[in-house]
Order: sequence, then C-alpha cells, then structure tokens
Amino acid sequence: MHDLVAITALGGVEPRVDTIGGVTCTEVPGVALASVAARIGQETKATKALAKLIGVPAPGIGQHAGDPVTAFWAGPDQWMIEAPFDTHEDLADQVKPALGDAASVTEQTDGWTRFDLSGDQIPAVLELLCTLDLRKIETGSVGRCSIHHIGCFVLCRSPDEYSIYGPRSSAGSLHHAIISALRSAL
Amino acid sequence: MIINHPLLGPRDASEFTYLGDASLINRPDWQADNAAEAFYEYGYVRDNPAGKHQELWFHEAGDRSWLVVTRDTTTHEISKVELARDVARARGRSK
Amino acid sequence: MTQNNRLSGGQIDRNTTVNFRFDNRSYTAHPGDTLASALLANDVRLIGRSFKYHRPRGLLTAGSEEPNGIVELRAGNRQEPNTRATTIEMFDGLEAQSQNCWPSLKFDALGVNDLFSNFLSAGFYYKTFMWPAAFWEKVYEPIIRRAAGLGSLSMEADPDEYDKGFRHCDLLIIGAGPSGLMAALTAGRAGADVILADEDFRFGGRLNSESFSVDDQSASDWAAQAVAELSSMPNVRLMTRTTVIGAFDHGIYGAVERTGDHVATLPAGKPRQILWRIYTKKALLCAGATERPIAFENNDRPGIMMASALRTYANRFAVTASQRVAIFTNNDDGHRTAADLHAKGVHICAVVDVREDAPVNYDYEVLRGAQVVNTKGRLGLTFVEVALPDGSTRTLECGALGVSGGWNPNVHLTCHQRGRPVWNDDLAAFVPGSNLPVGLTVAGAANGVMSTQGALQSGMDGAVEAMELSGKLPDLPEAEDAAVSQKPFWYVEGCKRAWLDQQNDVTVKDVKLSYQEGFRSVEHLKRYTTLGMATDQGKTSNISALAIMAEVAGKSIPETGTTIFRPPYTPVPISTFAGRMKGQEFHPTRLTPSHYWAKERGAVFVEVGNWLRAQWFPLPSETHWRESVDREVRQTRASVGVCDCTTLGKIDVQGTDAAAFLNRVYANGFAKLAVGKTRYGLMLREDGMAMDDGTAARLAEDHFVVTTTTANAVSVYRHMEFVRQCLFPDMDVQLISTTESWAQYAVAGPNSRKLLQKIVDPEFDISNEAFPFMGCGNITVCGGLRARLFRISFSGELAFEIAVPSRYGDALMRRLMTEGEEFGVVPYGTEALGVMRIEKGHAAGNELNGTTTALNLGMGKMVSKKKDSIGSILSEREALVEPDVLRMVGIKPVSSEEKITAGGHLMNSTGPVDAAHDQGYVTSAAYSPILNSSIGLGFLKDGANRMGEKMRLVSPLTDLTVEVEIVSAHFVDPEGDRLRA
Repeated sequence: MHDLVAITALGGVEPRVDTIGGVTCTEVPGVALASVAARIGQETKATKALAKLIGVPAPGIGQHAGDPVTAFWAGPDQWMIEAPFDTHEDLADQVKPALGDAASVTEQTDGWTRFDLSGDQIPAVLELLCTLDLRKIETGSVGRCSIHHIGCFVLCRSPDEYSIYGPRSSAGSLHHAIISALRSAL
Repeated sequence: MIINHPLLGPRDASEFTYLGDASLINRPDWQADNAAEAFYEYGYVRDNPAGKHQELWFHEAGDRSWLVVTRDTTTHEISKVELARDVARARGRSK
Repeated sequence: MTQNNRLSGGQIDRNTTVNFRFDNRSYTAHPGDTLASALLANDVRLIGRSFKYHRPRGLLTAGSEEPNGIVELRAGNRQEPNTRATTIEMFDGLEAQSQNCWPSLKFDALGVNDLFSNFLSAGFYYKTFMWPAAFWEKVYEPIIRRAAGLGSLSMEADPDEYDKGFRHCDLLIIGAGPSGLMAALTAGRAGADVILADEDFRFGGRLNSESFSVDDQSASDWAAQAVAELSSMPNVRLMTRTTVIGAFDHGIYGAVERTGDHVATLPAGKPRQILWRIYTKKALLCAGATERPIAFENNDRPGIMMASALRTYANRFAVTASQRVAIFTNNDDGHRTAADLHAKGVHICAVVDVREDAPVNYDYEVLRGAQVVNTKGRLGLTFVEVALPDGSTRTLECGALGVSGGWNPNVHLTCHQRGRPVWNDDLAAFVPGSNLPVGLTVAGAANGVMSTQGALQSGMDGAVEAMELSGKLPDLPEAEDAAVSQKPFWYVEGCKRAWLDQQNDVTVKDVKLSYQEGFRSVEHLKRYTTLGMATDQGKTSNISALAIMAEVAGKSIPETGTTIFRPPYTPVPISTFAGRMKGQEFHPTRLTPSHYWAKERGAVFVEVGNWLRAQWFPLPSETHWRESVDREVRQTRASVGVCDCTTLGKIDVQGTDAAAFLNRVYANGFAKLAVGKTRYGLMLREDGMAMDDGTAARLAEDHFVVTTTTANAVSVYRHMEFVRQCLFPDMDVQLISTTESWAQYAVAGPNSRKLLQKIVDPEFDISNEAFPFMGCGNITVCGGLRARLFRISFSGELAFEIAVPSRYGDALMRRLMTEGEEFGVVPYGTEALGVMRIEKGHAAGNELNGTTTALNLGMGKMVSKKKDSIGSILSEREALVEPDVLRMVGIKPVSSEEKITAGGHLMNSTGPVDAAHDQGYVTSAAYSPILNSSIGLGFLKDGANRMGEKMRLVSPLTDLTVEVEIVSAHFVDPEGDRLRA
C-alpha cells in the first residue's frame, strides 16, 4: 500500500460541503471512473458486456443505469463507468477484462470532480447554470452541458439528488458557479 | 441558433464549434496523379452559396460528434442535421 | 411636500407611505407608484434637460417608451444613468438625480445652446467641426465630449451581481395585457407549458390604465383575477418585471428580469437582474401599442404628455400632472382621457380636436377643427395657444396638455430578424408584416387590433393557433369594442421647433432640412439627424418623422420605406450581459494538482490559456525574477529540477487501427514504434503548415498516449476527432482526453534517475539499459501507486516525465522535494523551462506559429512521403520548398553584453534596413545562464547555410540595432549525449 495522501479537487483533505437555502452541495472525491468506447463493429458485443458488468441493460442516449457500478451515456457507443473509489480504485483495470476486445477502456477517475446536489429546488439552481431542458430531465437522465464555459455532465439520480461532473482542474470555478447559483436562486 | 442533434435533439449552437464547408469530408486521394491540384482545390476553393449550405459543426460541449448541418445562409433555417460519420461513409470514405 | 396631485382610486397601497429623494429633496409616495407617478403626485413636472439644447423636459409617457423623463438612479457605485422614471418601481429610500444639467436643473448653463439652435441643426457635427483640422484634437473634441451624452457614470465598479439563466417552454407570451392574459388563460387551461412575461411589475397592460369594465368587473380587477388563476397553474410560469428584449434564431428569446431593481438593498448573493435565454416552440407577441404624438411649436415643455399617459397616471396611479388639463387629439381616444380625468375631478380646460366632426361633450368644452399652435411656460407648461377654425386664436391656461395622435402597434420584435412591417391605411400605422421570426405570431393591439374585446379575442385565437388547441375554449369576457379608425395628423402646419425625437432633440425642421440636403433614404435621415438613435430607439418619433419625410418627398409612407428595430427592445446594462463572467470569473481557471503546493512555495503564476502555471519559485533572498530563473536553470542542469507539466494535453488513442490513425495525423511515421517506446510527433495542418507537436507513447499494440502543447490541447483533440469521424470513419480508433486524469512532472537533470529511483518501486528497473531514452511504461511508485513513466526530455538533460493520478500529484511533488534534498532538487517554472528549451533549440509555440512548415523548422525530412498524412501533399507547394526558404537558426550577440529581442528582424551586416531586404526574424529569446549570454531562436532565409554569418538584428520601432551571429539552434549539448546518459 502506497503512502501518498490524496487531496480533493478543491485542494482539501476532506471534501467540501455547503448548504444554502435547503440544498446541499457536496464535493465527492470517493468515486472511480473509467470510460468505455466500443470498437468498430463490436458495438453489440460491447453493449452486452457492459450490461453484464453493471447488472442492468446498458443505458441509452442521455441515460444512466446500474448500482453500485453505474454506467452513463457519454457519446455514440461510449459510456462512463462510475463506482465507489474505495472498492474500485483500479476501475479501468477491472472493467477492461469485462469488455475484452469489444471496447477501449481508459482510466478517467481523476479527470473529473463531482459535486452532488441534494434538496428539493435543484431545477431552480440548474436553470441559472446550464441550457439543459430541465422539463425533460428525470431520474435516470444524463445531460452533457456547459456550465460557465466548463464542459460538464449533469446526472439526475432522483428529483432531489443530482450529480454534476466537471473537469478536475476547473473544480474551483465550477464550485464557485454552483454556490453563486444556490445563493441566487434559493 | 438551435441545432437539432440527430442523437440528442435540439441543442443550443453555443455548444458547437463551426469548421466550414462539409466538402472538407471529400479529402482527395494522396496518390492520384493530380494530387497536388486536387489538394489545392480541396484546401482553398469553396462555394459561397446564398442559400442551402452543408457545413461541419463539432459538438464540443456535448457528445463530441461531428455533424453535417444543412443551413440556409440567408435565413439560418436548418433543414437537415446528420452525423458526419454517416455522411462520410455515404460518400464512400472508409479507412 | 405632500402629494397635492393625488386623485381617488388607483392601484397603489395608500396604507403604506414610502420616502424617496429626487435631486436631494425628500418626497413621499406609495407602493405601486413609479418614480414618475410619485414625482407627478408631488407636483414635480421638470425632470431633466434635453440632450442638445438643454431645454427643460418632463415626462412624456407612462411606460418604457419614455424618451424624456430619464434620470440617474441610485447613488455612488450603484448609480445607473439614463433610467426611465416611468419604469422605476417605487421603494422606500429610492434616490434619483436629474441629469444633463449644470449647475442645477432649474438653471442650466448650457441652456444657452437653445438660443443658438440655428447652428445646431441636423448634421451640425459634420458642418460645424470641419475646419481647421488642427482644431479637432485641441478644441472641438473636448467641447463635444463635455457636452455629449446624457447621464454620467459613477466610474466605479458595479458591486452588484447579475445572473444568466435558461428556460424552455412551448409557448412564450410576450406582454400581459388583455391579449396576453387571454392567450395565457387559453393555453394554460389547455395544459400547455407557458411562460408569460411582461416588463411591468403589475400584469394587465392597458387594463390597469382604463376605467371601463371587463364582464362585470373593472378591467384591472379582471386582470388581477386572471393573474390569480394563472398563478395557480403549475404549467404556467409568470415572469413580471421581465422585458423580452430580442427575438433570435430558431425560437430563442432574450429576456431581462429585474429581480432586484425594486428593493433598496439586495440580500447577499441575490442578483439585480437576470438575462434569460428562453427556448420556445412558439411565441405570441402581445406587446400592445404605443400612442404617438402630434408635433407642434414648443411641444416639449414639461407638462405636455401623451393623453394615454395622463389616463394611466389618473386611473392606475391616482395622479394627475396638473389640476388643469387640456387635450389635443385627432382621434376618439383623446376624448377618453378627458372623460376619465373629468370623472376624477380634474378640470378639463378644453379638448382641442383637429377634426371638424369631433364628438361633443357637455361636461367640458370641445374645440372642433382646432389645433395647438404654441405653448408657454419656462420650466413647465402654463399656457396653450389654440388656433380655431375661424382663424382666431384662444389661450388656455393649463398645467398639462395631453396629446393623442393615434396608436402605433408595437411591432419591434417582429423586425428582429429583418421582418418589415407593412402600412395599414385604416390605422394609418405600420402593422407586422408576413416575414415574422419563425414560430412567432402576433395578437392584440400589436397586430393592429385596437379594441379591448378584439384584443381578448385575438389573444385567444393566437393561443389556439400556436398550440393547435381543439375542444372547449374559455368563454370570452365582454369588453369595450369600439371601432377604431385613425386619420393621420402628424404635425401642425407652419411649426418649426416642434420636437419629434425629444431624447436626441430632433425637430420637424431638422427632418425637412435633412431632406433638402439630400439625405433622402430613411436610413440616411436617421443617421444625419440622429432621429430614433437615442436609448428609446425612437418609439414615439420614428413614424412621425417618416410621415414628414414622405410628405416632403411627395410620396406615400410605404413608398418612403421604414426603418426596422433591433434588439434590445429597451436598454440593457452591460453588467447584465456580462452576468457572472467578470473579474476573476471572466473565464474558468484551471489549476494543476500541485497548485496549492506551489502557492505555499511562493510561486509566481502566469496564465496560459485558462491554466495557472508556476512561472518561477523565488527564494526569499532573490530580488529579481532573473535570479530565480537563472538558479533554476543552473541547478537543473547541474543536478535535478522538477517541473509541473500536467497542463500538456493528453489524448488516449486506442483501437486496432490506433497506429494507422497516428500515421495519418502525424507527418512522421508511428506504425513501427515499438510497445514501450515514445516518439516525437509533428502534426501538420492540411495546408502543410505545422499545427502542433508532442509525443506519442505506445503503451500496447492498440494503445497510445499522445501529448499536445498546452495551448493546442483542445484544437488538436477536435482535429483528431475530425480525422476520425469525417475522413476515416471506418478506422477502429477511439479517442478520449486524459489531460486532467494525470498529474505529470518533468524530472530533469543528471541526478533525475537517482531521484526517481528513490520513489519508483524496486521491481521496476529504470537504468539506462532497461529504460533507455524514449522509453515508456506503466510502473508503481511509493509502495504501489500506479504511475506512468516516460523518458523524454524538453530541457536536453537526462530527464523523465512521471504521471500519477491527479489526486496524488500534490503528495508526489512534496515527496520528490523531500527525497531530492540530498541532490539539492529545485522546482522550476515555465520561465526556466523556456530558457532550457531555447538553449536546446526545441521549437515551441513561438516557432509553431501557424506560418511555418516542417522544412522551416528543420524537420523537413520527418515528413514521410511513403504514407498518407494530413498536410504532406500541400507542404510540398513550390513556394514552401524553394532553396532559400526560412530555416530555424540560433542567434547570439557578437558582444555578450548585448541582448537578443524576440520580434526583431534580421538584416545583412551592410545594406539597407527595410522590408525588401528582410532576411528573417527572431521568435524566441532568453538569457542563458549556462552560456552567460542572451540567445535566441529565429527563422532566416537559407539559414542552414549561413552558420557563422554576422548580421544585424533590428527593431526600427524601438531604434534597436544589435550585431549578431548566426549559430546552430542547439546551444547546449548539440550531440544529445546528456539525454541519453
């Protein structure tokens, strides 16, 4: 076991938590990510292998599925896999054998920072952040969008729980944008 | 503007990056006898229609698909949006 | 002062009294007032001075079309100039100042301009300030600058927050008057997803201004009831205080919501305004109509207002501008104002109607076939002079005159995509044309339907049509349904100083003069006279000016043409467009994983794209940046240094065709690169110019990691996706960015291997034999953390780049520093990095500047002719391969005291110094602490064959001439022994 101490994307040892107007924004470093992109001609095989990996059919366009290993749609024949960091730190190495030659797998764990929003007025916050048509966002939806010029994924896990993934290096700017929107809307 | 992405539905044009004429898909054969002339035409000579124009847009803040968008340059009316990959294949491109 | 001009009734909260200040005097008002109504209630008619002539001005209207009653709102750093008093919602503590007057509103020094009006007529800038040329800078410009503009800026940063937001709906209804409310009720009850937006803080539009009934309720009560019903519908969103400012392509509308302009103090974090982008399937424009004035001599005195505005002030705000009011009209609507004011106890001096057959009234006098020919009153209206049909004149003593010239439909948004309104003879007004923005339809008065009953019907029809509703529709309420016909009457014959555009001070005479001087197109008229070009976009003046122009030209109005309106509908503060993107948040900031560590070390940062990178790490004893940089370079070359290179773009390339794909995107070959090896790659644009360079490391047969320069990471990825999807769609290759996933550090210097051996786990042999130059592989460090190691060098030293998952980057950097103490390890920043790469002769962004080819860069042989790669064909164009093309060279001063300057040009040692004799230019320069000399890289004609030549480096702009020698670009270790050690 190595002896290097991790820091969160916001630079802390502990994740940052802010509660404003009944909505809590939590920095979530405890997540491992890997991308899966089907190889040419192997799309069906990859989709089936993915379904086996996450235990439910592979999510379609704009969807996420599976627990505790979740897959969400990221592009044509391309998904992101998320799983708890503590048990899946080497997620890419775990996913690769499951997909075999059907897909390319790339470690994405620290490419992203995740902020979870929980509370009952999240759409009022999101409409200040991104152009997603929130009327169409429901449990199981994933939208790729730009938040203050930062490319993000927005996952709706339930009407009261959303996750926002943004590039790790922009965590500070993204967090500032979310907190500003919380203060503004709530 | 709104681009009706074939997979994702209507998306704001601000999510996309524009490249130019979709004739850029028609990259000439590098081994042809007239390759130099053909690449010159490919690289520098464009139609500039007042009307329907097929053009390449990249969904940079989205799913990273290249799209071929048919847009009327005089009205901005978008009559067709296709995945560039499908268009490229239809035009005979492969490997 | 008490509110002497208050009437009974109105939609104000009389139980609450609020205080406000105007020009440092205190007044009282009630919630529900606007600043305009509150000033009138307190008998304040004089609001400001006019733009050009500094004439005393008051309010003209009661709405957002107001040209005259504009003030500076709030004080200090929150001061906002040119704010319409008619739209400022009253709150306790409101503060406003009159503008464009000095030393005071009542005595204004520049009022003298009014006496010289003959010199300030149309086009006066062009005519007056022509000669002599030398006068421009010293005399004319300062004069113009002092006199120009209306309100003043605080010159301080706005401390408030502004937001942007995005909403989607099926039907956007713009305007909540009778047609808008009826449309919303119709669509809302049918379950449609509706947004109803109105610029006012109270929904209802003209319904709030009228005394008639809708069904058996007062019009305003009916509106309130409709709003209550709409508020209870979950599928209807009501946006008050929201101006739809523009109609954009594909059903996108811009809207400004004033969320905080009506409160004295904004709660922390709350925005003053929100700029909404509303995505719609359909939109219904229910913007109503604007009453238009009649021009007559001295028609701009405070107290002369639109008749409909007087009615609004009386019915909605329970205010009259004066206890004695006259009306000047050419239509029945003017009489309605007289009747309403009379009913409220205001004395109607007379209704002056230009029509011989005007309706009579027994409560007050109607002067048929009469016209107002002049007015009196220095700071406010006192007398009105009326010409009667028998040729006699009569003087009316009054404090307010209501003017009605008919109504113009508010077609503004229908023009935003170049739609042209069309002339309607019955209304003598422009109505929306057929070329509307896609998805937009128009209802009510905006569409020329002028009766209330007609507006309600039209709103319902509009909603039914837009949403394709069928089934049972709401019962239409009953309301007034008077037939409306408008006969044009634009101005009183013989008037000269009769104002059309009161904000830009343009008169009837100016319009005629402009025509005489040859400005005959409407667009030219606008620009020459500045009519309609003030902040109100001529909402009350454009049509009258056009009519006068048509008359002078002897053409009809439609023949004369029309100007069209542009967004925004009403002025929008720049802060609102900026939103949150200002100051530090202007763009996102990207931080590397060791940023916090670098900050602790006192690093000086530089912005590279959005990244903050450490530029150098000063020691407490160092007083000049060069000391720090020189030390970092020396110590790295002498022992070992560490540099954060996380910002380099990293793209994961996988798939069975990955190698073939890289062969296409790089000019040089990658197919034969062995697994576990890294290769430098040069990427060309299709036109043959160098686009970017980097390395590709082969981690497996079907797996590469490509690096790009920091600046080009995004564009290279985009380009690679283009090649993959558009050019070679069947290649089995998958791309994904991994830039952010890995914290990557260059460990460089003769002791770099020794340092790394202390942290790389012992099972991985990184000796020169096992891990030679350009090797790469997956390893573990510090007891099992997965990492990647690349033996590549930008500095020219024995060097590695090591990558670990980003979350451990901070810890790894700290570990390298402690483990490196025994070697005297230094962190180095981008400056030292730059110095070392120039010393080594490595091209970077300055050399790959978009105009250079592989041949220019000394890498011509790398462009493989045996394979198809982007740019290879066009890189062979004649002009690019001539024998004397620019070649990259090194440059050093003949005297080591002299300095090489980037941007300077190279000239032969003798001969002229001019563009025709230009030999090349310097792209990069630095001081080399190794060579103890300034050095540079640059491009020189036929440079490869001119080693040792003495030349002049010149910069004519800075008068610089330095004698330099052309040398190899590889100043340090040209044989490359060090990096292979």
